[in-house]
Amino acid sequence: MSLLEIEKLTLSIGNFPILRGIDLQLEKGEVMGVVGESGSGKSMTALTLMQLLPHGAQTGGRITFDGKDILHATEAEMLALRGDDIGMVFQEPMTALNPVKTIGEQVAEGIRWHTKASRADAESRAAAMLDRVGLPQSKFPLTRYPHQLSGGQRQRVVIAIACALKPKLLVADEPTTALDVVLQKQILDLLRDLVDERDMGLLLISHDLAVVAEMADHITIMRHGEVIESGETSAVLTAKAHPYTAQLAEASAHVPSNRRSIPPSALPGISPSRGDIGPSSNVQRPLGAQSHQEHIKQTSPVRTAAVQSPFSLHEGEMPGRAEGGVTLPPLLTVQSVTRDYAGRRTGLFSREKPFRAVDDVSFTVHPGQSVALVGRSGCGKSTLARMILALDRPSSGSITFDGHRLETSKDRDLRDARRNMQVVFQDPYGSFNPRHRVERLVAEPLHLLQTKPSREERRALVSKALDDVGLKPADMNKYPHEFSGGQRQRLSIARAVITRPKLIVADEPVSALDVSIRAQVLDLFAELNERLGVAYLFITHDLTVARAITDEVMVMHDGRIVERGETHAILDHPQSDAAKALVAAAPDLDRALAARAARINAAC
Amino acid sequence: MTAYILNRVLIGLATLLLASIVVFGVMEVLPGDPAQLMLGMSGSPEALANLRAQMGLDEPIVWRYLHWIGGLLTGDFGRSYTYSSPVADLIRERLAVSLPLALMSLLLSTFIALPVGIFAAARRGRLPDTLSMGTAQLGVAVPNFWFALLLIYAFAVWLKWLPAGGFPGWNGGIWNGIKSLILPSIALALPQAAILARVTRSALLDVLGEDYIRTARAKGLPRGRVLRRHALRNAMIPVLTILGLQFAFLLAGTIIIENVFYLPGLGRLIFQAITQRDLIVVEGVVMLLVASVIVVNIMVDLAYAVVDPRLREAA
Repeated sequence: MSLLEIEKLTLSIGNFPILRGIDLQLEKGEVMGVVGESGSGKSMTALTLMQLLPHGAQTGGRITFDGKDILHATEAEMLALRGDDIGMVFQEPMTALNPVKTIGEQVAEGIRWHTKASRADAESRAAAMLDRVGLPQSKFPLTRYPHQLSGGQRQRVVIAIACALKPKLLVADEPTTALDVVLQKQILDLLRDLVDERDMGLLLISHDLAVVAEMADHITIMRHGEVIESGETSAVLTAKAHPYTAQLAEASAHVPSNRRSIPPSALPGISPSRGDIGPSSNVQRPLGAQSHQEHIKQTSPVRTAAVQSPFSLHEGEMPGRAEGGVTLPPLLTVQSVTRDYAGRRTGLFSREKPFRAVDDVSFTVHPGQSVALVGRSGCGKSTLARMILALDRPSSGSITFDGHRLETSKDRDLRDARRNMQVVFQDPYGSFNPRHRVERLVAEPLHLLQTKPSREERRALVSKALDDVGLKPADMNKYPHEFSGGQRQRLSIARAVITRPKLIVADEPVSALDVSIRAQVLDLFAELNERLGVAYLFITHDLTVARAITDEVMVMHDGRIVERGETHAILDHPQSDAAKALVAAAPDLDRALAARAARINAAC
Repeated sequence: MTAYILNRVLIGLATLLLASIVVFGVMEVLPGDPAQLMLGMSGSPEALANLRAQMGLDEPIVWRYLHWIGGLLTGDFGRSYTYSSPVADLIRERLAVSLPLALMSLLLSTFIALPVGIFAAARRGRLPDTLSMGTAQLGVAVPNFWFALLLIYAFAVWLKWLPAGGFPGWNGGIWNGIKSLILPSIALALPQAAILARVTRSALLDVLGEDYIRTARAKGLPRGRVLRRHALRNAMIPVLTILGLQFAFLLAGTIIIENVFYLPGLGRLIFQAITQRDLIVVEGVVMLLVASVIVVNIMVDLAYAVVDPRLREAA
C-alpha cells in the first residue's frame, strides 16, 4: 500500500471548483514533484491533504494516508497527524515564523505537544534537529528570534519544525521560490538528504520544472485543477508527450526570438575600435577572457544598431541610438560608488561598525544596452539600483546619467533624469494603488514632463503606452484587479515606457510570474529594447532571465562587482567563485535530466 | 534594552521641558490679570501694584518661568488664588479620587474588552461575533453619562446596593471609598471597553491571517491554542497603544462623569480653575497630566519591547 493515495479528489470553495478529480500516489522514501502554474490547484491539494482549508470548502473523492481516510478524519485525528506524521514547509520563510517567539520555542512546541515531553527534553530534541538542518547551537542558539536570521536560515528553521518528529510525509509548497539560487540549492540538498536518511515521502510543489527535474522521482503536472500528465520524471520530461508539458518546458528556458544566437561576427558594420564598455570598469575578466571583452566592446550598442534598420520608421522614438560608426558617450556612468550604512546602535554612544553595502563599484551602460546585475540576496544589488534611481545617495563616488550628476543634484533638478529613467518592480500586485484606474496609474510619470499634457494628450500617451505593451487602449478605464499577474506586469512596463525613457531599471521583473507568462514578458522587454532603443539594467538572481534578454552580465558579491562580461561567456564559463557558485546552483532542466539519466544508467 | 529605556526617558524629559514652556507661555498670553481677579473691580491701583509685587507678577517673564519650574521640581506648585491653599495639596486631594477611579476603569475595561475581543475573533462571522460586536458598537455610540444615569437608577435607586454619588473620602474606610467609585468606573469603562474590544478583535483577525499561524496549525496545534500562544501576543501592540491613550483620558477627561456622581476629581478641579482664571492651578494640573501621559507612554513603549523582540533592538 502506498504512503499516500489521492483518488479523484475534488474541491470547491463556495461553489467554485478548484480541483476536478486529482489522482496522485506517493511511496515511502519517494519524491513526488507537483508542477503547475498559479491557479492549477497544486497548493490547494496540499492544504486539502493537511485539512487546513478555508471555511466553506467542499471536498470529494478519497485521500488515504498511511491507511487513514483523511477526508473523513475528525479534527482530533487530524491534530494528531499534523506536525507528527505529516510535516509542511511553506513558500515564504520571512513570514512563516512567529516573530515574537524564539526559534527554540517554535521547534520545541510541536515536540512537546505531540510527545508530551518535558520542556528540557523537547528543547534538547529541538537543538538536535536545528543542528541537523545546519543551524548549530554554537552559532544559532535556541534563544534566537526569527528576525535575527536570514531568509535561508529561517527556511531551515521551518524545515526543522516540519521534520522534528520524523514525519512519514513532508509537504513542501514552493520551499525555495523566495530564495536565491545558491540558497535554493542548499535547501533542496537538505530536503533530499532528509528524505534519504528517514525514508520519508516528499511532496514537492513547485512551478519550476528544473527544480522538480532535479529532485523528484515522479512528477505530476497540473493545470486548472486537473492532472495533465504524471509518471516517472525523466520519462515525462524527455517525451513531453502532452503539449502542455512541452509548453512548460519551452517556457522555462525561454529566450525571446529576436535575441536568439546572433553571433557578433555575423553582424555587419562592426569596427573594432568602437568605444569600450566603460573605461571605469574596474573589473577585468580574468585570464583568457580577452576575446570576450572584445566581443562586448563590439556588440553591445552596435548590435542593436545593426538590427535596428528595419524599424527606422520609428526613428522619432529612438533616443540617442548609435548610428553607423559614431561612438556614443555612455548613458549611465557609475564611478567608484560606495554606500555605507551606519551600524546598529549598541549603546547610547556606541555603534557597531558601519556596514558597507556597496563597495567601490564602477561601470557604464550605453544607450540601448541591456545589462544584468546578478548576485545573491544581500549582495548589494538593490542598494546599487536605488542609488542609480536617485532614491538613495552614495557615501562616496559619482553617478552620471544622461549628463546629470545624480548624487549631488537636488530633487527638483532630477526631473529630467527621472523622466529618462524609469523602473519596473518585482511585484505586479503591490506596485499599483488598487483604487486608481489604469489611465491614472500609467500616466503617473507624466508629471515629470516639462509641460503638463492636456487631458486628451494624456489619454493619447496612455493609449500609446498600453499599445506598446500589447494591451488595448480601452483597458485604461479598468482597475488593476481586473488584470492577471502577467497583464499587471505589462501595466508596470507601460508606466515605465510612457515617458520614452532611455533607461529602465527592472528589479526582478519576472520572478513573481508563472513560466509561460514570464516568457511573454521577457519577449516584451526584448521587443521594446529593439523598438524603442531603451537600455535595461535588470537586477535578478535568476540566470535564465539574464541569459534571455541581456547582452552583458555583472556579477555582484559582497558589495563588489567581481565579474563582468558578455552574458553567454560569463554564464557558460564563469571565472570568479561567486559567478561559479551562481551558475552551479541555477537549476537547469536539461542538465537535471542528463544527470538523472546518468544515475539510472549507473544503477543498471 | 538599556539604551532603549534610556532613550525613551530622555525623549520624555525633553517633551516635558517643551510642554512646560508652552503651558507657561500660553497662560502668560491669555487675557486676565490674576491680581486684578483676586482684588475684584474695586481694588485701588496701589493695592493692585502691591499685590502684583507680592505675587511676583512684576518680575521678568524668564525669571518667573524659572521660579515656577524650580517650584514644580521641589513639589511647590504655588498657591491657588481662589482656594487660598497650596496647589499641591489641592491636586493631592483630587488625585486621591481620580487616580483610583482611572485605574479601576482601566482594569474593568481591559477585563471586559480582551475576553470579548478574543471571543469574537475566534468565532469570526458567526452569531456570537455579530452579537458581541453589535453590542460593542452600541457601547461606542451611547454617551457614558447616559450609562451613568441608568446605573444610578438600577443600582442606587432601585437595588440600593451602591451610593448614587458623592465621595466619603478614604478616611471612612477603604471599602466605602471604593463603593462610591464602582458605578462611576463602570460608566467610564463601558465605552472604553467597547472600543478596546473592537481593536482587540480586528488586531487578532489581522494576525490570524499571517503565515506563521498556518505554520502553527501545521504543527498540529488546535485552533484555540494557536490563538492563545501565537496570535494573542502579536495582536497586543495596537491594544497597548489604545490602552495608553485611554488611561490618559481617564485621568482627566472624566469631568462629565465626576459631575454626574458629585466626585471631587481632577476634571472638576481644572474646569473650575479655568472658569475662575485660577491660572496657577491650571498650570499645575496641566503639567501633572502632561507628565502622566509621558510616563504612560514610556510604559507603553516598554510594554511593546516586552511583547516584540524586534523592538528591543531598535534604540
